[in-house]
Amino acid sequence: MFVIRCPYCGERDQTEFTCHGEAHIARPKNPNEVSDKKWGEYLFFRTNPKGYHYERWTHDHGCRRWFNVKRHTVTDKIVQTYKMGESKPEDNSA
Amino acid sequence: MLNRNRLVSGGSINRNKIINFKFNGQELQGFEGDTLASALLANDIHLIGRSFKYHRPRGILTAGSEEPNALVQLETGSKTEPNARATEIELYEGLIATSQNCWPSVKYDIGALNNLFSRILPAGFYYKTFMWPPSMWLFYEHFIRKAAGLGEAPKKKNPDRYEQKFFYCDVMIIGGGVNGLVAALAAARSGAKVLIVDEKKDIGGYLLNTKAKINTLYAQVWIKETLNELHALKNVTILNRTTATGYYDYNYITALQKVTNHEINPNKKLPRERFWRIRSKEVILAQGAFERPLVFSGNDKPGIMMASAAQVYMSQYGVLPGNSITLFTNNDHAYSVALEANLKGAKVIIIDIRHSVSDTINKLCEENKIETYFSHAITSTYGSKKVNAISVQELSSDKQSFVGEAVTIGTDLLLMSGGWNPAVQLFSQSRGKLRYSDEISSFVPDVLIDHQYVVGCNNGEFNLRQSLLNSFQAGISAAHQTGHKIEVNQFIDDAVEPYGFTISDVVPYVLGSKPVTHGSKHFIDFQNDVTAADIFLAQREGYVSVEHTKRYTTTGMATDQGKTSNVNALAIMSHIQNKPVGEVGHTTFRPPYVPQTFGAIAGRNVDQYFDPERRTAIHQWHIDNGAVFEDVGQWKRPHFYPKNKESMNEAVNRECIAARKSVGILDASTLGKIDIQGPDAAKFLNLIYTNAWSKLEIGACRYGLMCNEHGMVFDDGVTTRISENHYHMTTTTGGAARVMSWLEEFLQTEWLDMKVYCTSVTEQWTVLSICGPKSRDLLSSLTEENITNESLPYMRMKKAKICGIDARIFRISFTGELSFEINIPSRYGRYVWDKVIDAGKKFNITPYGTETMHVLRAEKGFIIVGQDTDGSATPSDLNMDWIVSKKKEDFLGKRSFARSDTVRENRKHLVGLLINDKKTVIPEGSHIVDKAHKKPPMKMSGHITSSYHSPTLGYPIAMAMLKNGKNRSGDTVLIPLMNGKLIEATVTDNVFYDKEGFRQND
Repeated sequence: MFVIRCPYCGERDQTEFTCHGEAHIARPKNPNEVSDKKWGEYLFFRTNPKGYHYERWTHDHGCRRWFNVKRHTVTDKIVQTYKMGESKPEDNSA
Repeated sequence: MLNRNRLVSGGSINRNKIINFKFNGQELQGFEGDTLASALLANDIHLIGRSFKYHRPRGILTAGSEEPNALVQLETGSKTEPNARATEIELYEGLIATSQNCWPSVKYDIGALNNLFSRILPAGFYYKTFMWPPSMWLFYEHFIRKAAGLGEAPKKKNPDRYEQKFFYCDVMIIGGGVNGLVAALAAARSGAKVLIVDEKKDIGGYLLNTKAKINTLYAQVWIKETLNELHALKNVTILNRTTATGYYDYNYITALQKVTNHEINPNKKLPRERFWRIRSKEVILAQGAFERPLVFSGNDKPGIMMASAAQVYMSQYGVLPGNSITLFTNNDHAYSVALEANLKGAKVIIIDIRHSVSDTINKLCEENKIETYFSHAITSTYGSKKVNAISVQELSSDKQSFVGEAVTIGTDLLLMSGGWNPAVQLFSQSRGKLRYSDEISSFVPDVLIDHQYVVGCNNGEFNLRQSLLNSFQAGISAAHQTGHKIEVNQFIDDAVEPYGFTISDVVPYVLGSKPVTHGSKHFIDFQNDVTAADIFLAQREGYVSVEHTKRYTTTGMATDQGKTSNVNALAIMSHIQNKPVGEVGHTTFRPPYVPQTFGAIAGRNVDQYFDPERRTAIHQWHIDNGAVFEDVGQWKRPHFYPKNKESMNEAVNRECIAARKSVGILDASTLGKIDIQGPDAAKFLNLIYTNAWSKLEIGACRYGLMCNEHGMVFDDGVTTRISENHYHMTTTTGGAARVMSWLEEFLQTEWLDMKVYCTSVTEQWTVLSICGPKSRDLLSSLTEENITNESLPYMRMKKAKICGIDARIFRISFTGELSFEINIPSRYGRYVWDKVIDAGKKFNITPYGTETMHVLRAEKGFIIVGQDTDGSATPSDLNMDWIVSKKKEDFLGKRSFARSDTVRENRKHLVGLLINDKKTVIPEGSHIVDKAHKKPPMKMSGHITSSYHSPTLGYPIAMAMLKNGKNRSGDTVLIPLMNGKLIEATVTDNVFYDKEGFRQND
């Protein structure tokens, strides 16, 4: 069970949070103009990396804010948490 | 009192306090401070139970939590506990324990016939024998389950109370042996908040039993002094009788504390067990090691024990478990036990696999007249219910064969010692990586996780002085890591053990008089009855991966999780596969480290505390008026209100008729309510709902449908514009939280620039829904506000005072009748409800529950999201194209209406069904077929989503999702029921009553 640093509240236990899957998947600006393939990718396709994964979490039993987490899928180490709208940190893994 | 094996002095038992207990009905006595195991041994009782598979007699192997054999059924009735380890049960007055897995008694067990047939019951026997035919498995299983298994689970509810506790600290030390105590003292003196847990009653570990010395003091004295200092420190918490059971990510550790298990009349304020959930910044593992059994023929009989266990029984409990002792060893350490036993008056013979030992040890043996056999091995053991003799034979120099004649030696206690395995289970759970150490022939911690230390024997360090110095350093660094840096002087000058640990090769197995590969009784896993021969068999049959071998033979899969067996099994695999043990690998260790009660895991979250219960402001009235409740999410809602012993159908009929003919009242407070404010609120609603919201006038209500991005309907409700930038949204009762999260998700992650604020106000408003032709008359008598059809038409909202309370009146209808939904601030909810009921008496006002609500809405063809839909229906599938805006550029789900899957032919559509016999109410969930056969399978074309008897119409109605339903109006479909009947129904429109909506618009 992780300890997660909410960017708004600080370190809290994982039981206060919910994970919502991969982050940085922007909704297409004009959905009507994107191809079926592109729309399908937005809806259904997600990465499954061995390494750093960028994912969305909410602090449900706290401030109820959404934020992003950079977590290593092998060690489960969370190396960074950052607010929505902030740019995606680099993947500096080898 | 008769304790045959009790020594005249010694041990930490209280000889002034006799404890009476019962084992298998026999009345016995022990002393305060005994465990069940030590008391049984004191009474010379070695036969404790029967083994799992072969029902072989088994005794006490160890003195700790790793015990595989001595499992008992503790206590009786609702308090009974199966598989309790006798080595861990503290004796208390009146304790009752019985043997497990035997019938009619432990001494004469019919199941022991399995032992005679063991040649035909090898590993994988059940898989091979009971595979075919597959349909027979359930039949076989009944008997297999009966034959297998250990203790019996209690059949009654456990009356004990369990608690949970959260704890946070800087440094947690698991294991209170001398290494743990040194680390704890170093960390505590540095100023850190320290927690020490130890599974025993007496903290101190194995050195409590030896003549080791620390700083010129005997270890026992040093331990006592150190504990005194630690107890006095405010920053230290010491928990005895507490076992760390799980080690999870980020140093999250669970521990089970036995609080009153061992007490006869416990303080009622205390729980039986307390489950600790600990988060520690730094963790120091100091759990020590388990002594490894030797694998030889007949090594499982009662009277065969680990050497270290005998040491504990002698020194801690003053029990000498045998008088004519043989010791089988491959290392020096066990000699200390032999010397100790000799000193206590036993005759001791040592059989050592090695060629020779040091001169010092030789001399000690000679001085004490201890007979020794070097280069010898035990080839078999004798005795049916307890070992009474062994035969030994000399090994050839390569140890691959025997030379000379076998010698038989009489013995009443056989001790064995095969070296030590560090207790790496928790370390491994934490995702630490292990490596095989040739030096100690076992697995040791290799790559640690962050903020973790492993010290002492747990780390494979067996030199006492050096390991204590390392533990001191670990304590200091852990404290430093957490910012506690008070300078501490190194306090370990010297530490010695009289017979240091010597290293010996692991012996995979010892040759026996019969070949080990087939049918021999070289036991590895005592609890699951796995022998060396089973490992050979698994390798021959191709189960060569360690995980496969484990599952095929079940080695290491019993309640002891292979604490004594794993390394031996791996050593045999390594021997067969001819590769190093490290390359064979090891299986995964999983929590819990020792079996733990479900009660402790559940804690207080049982019965009414299992899940929160949500009640409306009117709840007590519902109870007082005889409501039968239904759970809707966490809400308690009145299902119906039976009068004069009415059945549900009778009550619902009466309630429906009242709502259609006069006036009915429903507590609709559970409806989800979200207050939406902000300059971009309209724009936001346009994106969330499928229909258009920009032009909604202030005070107007509109029904809306929400879709997810896949284009599937996921909630619906009425939203009302309260003022320019202020909306009141309603959702389904069960979907309220989901909708709230959905709105927040898009506001917080996609449309960050939108100025919209959403607030859940479900609990803030009590909602009384009054409906029926007399509802306007009733409401008019309670408010001065003009509520005529002109002043408050259908789908409008008005703020008004009702009974003097500020309220909002919504003219919306889920029943198809003239209807008002009155929202009252919850604190006045019950007050207004009572007034409405009073005033309604002259209209024969009838409270109705959710069942009537469902029937009334079904008559009108209104869907319930989640009942008529299942996450795979688009608005078009529900005949609701009318609510999907063609003009809007974008809204959630819109793009997916053009996906190939959503535009395809033959999707399931919502239809109404009229049952041809006009009387059968089809069970919801029934399948629809076009062509019926006598038996399944039949090709399904749809399913029933809602089905009721309509009191208004006088016949049954149903809604269904039917393939191509839109184009099948008038068709006859077939519904085969579970009872074999076939029902015919006709496809119709799903609005059954008042299609034009005259009544609700009235």
